[in-house]
Amino acid sequence: MAENIKSGGKETLLDIKGLSIHYKTEDGTVRAVNDLNFKLNKGETIGLVGETGAGKTTTALGILRLVPDPPGKIVGGEILLDGEDLVKKTEAEMRTIRGQKISMIFQDPMTSLNPVMPVRDQIAEVILLHEKVTAAEALKKAEEMLDLVGIRAERAKEYPHQFSGGMRQRVVIAIALACNPGLLIADEPTTALDVTIQAQVLELMKNLKQEFNTAMIMITHDLGIVAEICDKVAIMYAGSVVEFADKYELFKNPKHPYTIGLFNSIPDIDTDVDNLKPIKGLMPDPTDLPPGCPFHPRCDNVKPECSQKMPQNLEVSENHFVKCLLFDDRR
Amino acid sequence: MSENNITVAAKPKKKRSQARDVWRRFRRNKTAMVGMVIIIILILTAIFADVLAPGTETHPGYNLMNWRNTFELPSRDHPLGTDWAGRDILSRIIHGSRISLQVGFVVVGIAMILGIILGAVSGFYGGIADNIIMRIVDIILAIPNILLAISLAAALGPGLVNVMIAVGVGTVPAFARVVRASVLTLREQEFVEAARAVGANDIRIIFRHILPNCLAPIIVQATLAMAGAILSAAGLSFLGLGIERPKPEWGTMLNEAQADFLNYWHISVFPGLAIVIVVLALNMMGDGLRDAFDPRLKK
Repeated sequence: MAENIKSGGKETLLDIKGLSIHYKTEDGTVRAVNDLNFKLNKGETIGLVGETGAGKTTTALGILRLVPDPPGKIVGGEILLDGEDLVKKTEAEMRTIRGQKISMIFQDPMTSLNPVMPVRDQIAEVILLHEKVTAAEALKKAEEMLDLVGIRAERAKEYPHQFSGGMRQRVVIAIALACNPGLLIADEPTTALDVTIQAQVLELMKNLKQEFNTAMIMITHDLGIVAEICDKVAIMYAGSVVEFADKYELFKNPKHPYTIGLFNSIPDIDTDVDNLKPIKGLMPDPTDLPPGCPFHPRCDNVKPECSQKMPQNLEVSENHFVKCLLFDDRR
Repeated sequence: MSENNITVAAKPKKKRSQARDVWRRFRRNKTAMVGMVIIIILILTAIFADVLAPGTETHPGYNLMNWRNTFELPSRDHPLGTDWAGRDILSRIIHGSRISLQVGFVVVGIAMILGIILGAVSGFYGGIADNIIMRIVDIILAIPNILLAISLAAALGPGLVNVMIAVGVGTVPAFARVVRASVLTLREQEFVEAARAVGANDIRIIFRHILPNCLAPIIVQATLAMAGAILSAAGLSFLGLGIERPKPEWGTMLNEAQADFLNYWHISVFPGLAIVIVVLALNMMGDGLRDAFDPRLKK
């Protein structure tokens, strides 16, 4: 599949095609992710942006095949990592991929570290799981990783509760990068931190990512973070990527009404307004998505066919994809 | 490009580990400390029983019969008196501590291992495994503990090992329940998901990440279960279903004293006191540990 590997002169690392993840509950099927598509090249950072409940975290867990089953299930689509479909891998094969080829940084560093294990041992665990090293070598490498994220070696034997939130997130980053994975998934890594620490942690992630040449999926609802560290942006709505483009292209030239609505709802520092301009309405109930385009009840440019036809993923300009009937010439 | 490493300023915070915190709270609890001191004395007594109890190696004091001074009241030669065979009661109580501790440790040890495995499997995997294990546990819990021990001991016959089995079966369910409850809450924690995300398998997650986190309730349960085990074993021996004569088990001594204790108070009071003190001490210590481990009482 040569055309999948090469795109724009860079090598494709991750290619997600038509991914759908559903949760089967007593109240009905929650369609958390529906026909999701995006592509990520080696070393690039993509920002996955969307409201709470848009399916960002489910997508991330889906890539790692960690969606809790039951009730969750990947019902369709492909997740190609280096051309290999992760959906078809066995659980044992996935265990060798997790932590080694794909790592994840969780949202809350207060709960994502084991409280009764020294931080050094938690980093060494990943190294021991994936590399053929002795325990002593793993511990030594763990201390090097801690040094890399700015934690002094004498604190290596301390427990997570002895560290502040920002320091813990550094430990989590050290764990995630310990085996030099090709892909790093960061699930709102700075949401639980205060603003000054957020900047430090983002800066650290940005630098380490460049040093290790790691591709990154940055899950966030903060467009500021996207502008800061991402190369590409995927806007998610109701479990699907509605717009996917290069960062500059998307910020300058947003196409999808939802993306435009998101930008409009950010207050402008230079103009004085009394009321913010939110997108009207609420996120649809994922057990009962509206027919056709899931955004049509809230859309300003709604057309009659929007409630009947599911929009396709369209390339409106080079590497700028939009899922909206407004741009569909065949309508 | 700004500097690569942002070093975070050292925090001038005192080193504190959870164990130290627990110890600090435990130490403040006087009742629990008394309990712990008694248990330490008991353990030392059991270890140095041969030195402490009078008698020689070929004629250990606790089995030295002397038909000339049977039922002797406490005196300088025999601080707690002698029994129907003229044996020194103090020596027998000292040596009896070995048997009681042995029963306590072995029963709790085995029940703990079984209970942890059953509880962890049932809490971690849930579903059918959980249902089967917990229903068996419910069945065992439906039978009063001492009744279960009596029927098992009666079926197995007397003897140290059989007593341990008889008492142990009734002790497992409590451990299984305690561990299951902890595992149920812990398995939903983000660090368990994080361990999965780095490629750890179930066994590793259970043993390295979940079980070390439920050590506190297990320790508390172990202390309290040991009191229960010692009491049950003594009870079985008293009924003649446990440790056989002439071994100096406290319950056995009470059994031997049954016929004559109306005439000679000391032959039943002292072994009984030994049981009461040890069980009370273990319970006081267990309650203290429970309070010390409970973060809600943190000040």
